[in-house]
Amino acid sequence: MDTLTSAGEGGPQAGPGLDEPGPAVRSADLAARDSYGRLLALLAASAGDLAAAEDALADAFERALRTWPAQGVPGSPDAWLLTVARNRLRDEWKSARVQRTTPLDPGRDTLAHIDDIDVDAIPDRRLELMLVCAHPAIDRTVRTPLMLNTVLGFTAEQVGRAFSLPPSAMANRLVRAKQRIKAAGIPFRIPDRADLPVRMASVLEAVYGAYVIDWATGPQARQLPSEALHLAEVLATLVPGDPEVRGLAALIELSAARAPARVDASGRFVPLADQDPARWDPRLISRAHEHLRAAHAHGTLGRFQLEAAIQAVHCARGTDGTTDWPTLLTLHRILQSVAPSLGSGVALAAVTAEVDGPAAGLDTLDALLAEAGQSARLFQPARATRAHLLDRLGRTQEAVAAYDSAISLTHDPAERQYLTHRRDCASRRDDA
Amino acid sequence: MRYALLMHYREPAEGEISEEALAEAREAFGAYGRALESAGVLLLADVLQPSAATTSVTLRDGGLQVQDGPFAETKEALAGIFMVEVPDLDAAIGWAEKCPGAQWGFIEVRPTATAFVDGAWTR
Repeated sequence: MDTLTSAGEGGPQAGPGLDEPGPAVRSADLAARDSYGRLLALLAASAGDLAAAEDALADAFERALRTWPAQGVPGSPDAWLLTVARNRLRDEWKSARVQRTTPLDPGRDTLAHIDDIDVDAIPDRRLELMLVCAHPAIDRTVRTPLMLNTVLGFTAEQVGRAFSLPPSAMANRLVRAKQRIKAAGIPFRIPDRADLPVRMASVLEAVYGAYVIDWATGPQARQLPSEALHLAEVLATLVPGDPEVRGLAALIELSAARAPARVDASGRFVPLADQDPARWDPRLISRAHEHLRAAHAHGTLGRFQLEAAIQAVHCARGTDGTTDWPTLLTLHRILQSVAPSLGSGVALAAVTAEVDGPAAGLDTLDALLAEAGQSARLFQPARATRAHLLDRLGRTQEAVAAYDSAISLTHDPAERQYLTHRRDCASRRDDA
Repeated sequence: MRYALLMHYREPAEGEISEEALAEAREAFGAYGRALESAGVLLLADVLQPSAATTSVTLRDGGLQVQDGPFAETKEALAGIFMVEVPDLDAAIGWAEKCPGAQWGFIEVRPTATAFVDGAWTR
């Protein structure tokens, strides 16, 4: 507990990030988070102990707040922070050694590389840190929170809010995970070439997890997936040669680009087809296209590249004025064969409806739902899509019932309001 | 770090496994032991007799109690112990993966808290 609260106070200032700030504040916040993550990764990798590294870094930040105002900010603030934190870690280790009554195992009990850190050339070990967070020995549900907490320096409270968990419950999970990293001896290093693809896949999965919670529902829906966006962009700078890393960055950027148009001036949900492309963020779209071009150059297709390509086709409406549905259908079919999932299956049904008509879309959807069985029953996108398709087919009574079941599963207030509106329109038509 | 690779699996009934399969398993364990040894990571390797041969001893309730069988009956029984000295969990998982017992059971990878080495408990 103590670790987390002190790390929270010492880390980048709370506030920005989960509640959207202006662009200037945002870029200052990103810089602070970048430097926090880099310093923590370096210290943790040297000490093999994430919690101790956090404490040491928090201590360094605290000392900076005390001394910098009077003595001035040092030429290289990061090097200063790293030196102070490193000394603190070394002191800690020495005093622990003195207290010990049993012989030491030098292989285990030395801070292996702490003195090898060159403070003037601060290397980036954030990929190692991300690999540790997404290690197979770490519980799947805590991987994303752990990344947000350590790589970006969000406090347990902020992460807890994003996952709709009480801060103390989230703090406990994070503490347990960090203890486990140390006790089990999870290494801060890049795995062998043979293991790397699997391990990178779980890093991508955890970053994707941050993207999903942004769109997930909560008491107050957030506008922009800033945490996921930042994690994905950090990962893309760390591993620019991995096409799926690029694909994931592009996917999140393209979704983030459309976020401003997702809700209208009065807070109502606007479905993609009705969004005004002028409100999309062209800067994010062009960054996404750079990633997609770089990914494409590798010639190996993957799930995230496909999902990003789909989003890119949707965003092309901003320049072309129309949506290329046949291309979307092809992409969705490939996606469903490369990485089949309930979500991509529902999207395939929706796109099929655009190309071959709502009856074909409904057939596709119902076949999918029959195959998925019980697990699909509570999947909101499937319910909402089914309602829309029935509505379009003029099967109004069934549509009203389907809207009702979709609404009961929708937690985002804006989207619920939208679905309620559609249901009421259908129900009026039914009466008439 | 020292890790215990604890091999667990469902104990086969008498005669359930053919002599041929047993010979193959013995060969696989032989190769595994040699690989551990030649990598210089092996501290100890014991494959245990079936739990029918187990005796449990306790003084927990005051007097000495000697009980026939394991202290807890489980579907999967402890079947062998490999102690290894490797740099980290990834290396330990790598050796667990190569253990022949992983083909039909589970290998629990447990780091050592403290070990008695050269006359003292060390950590």
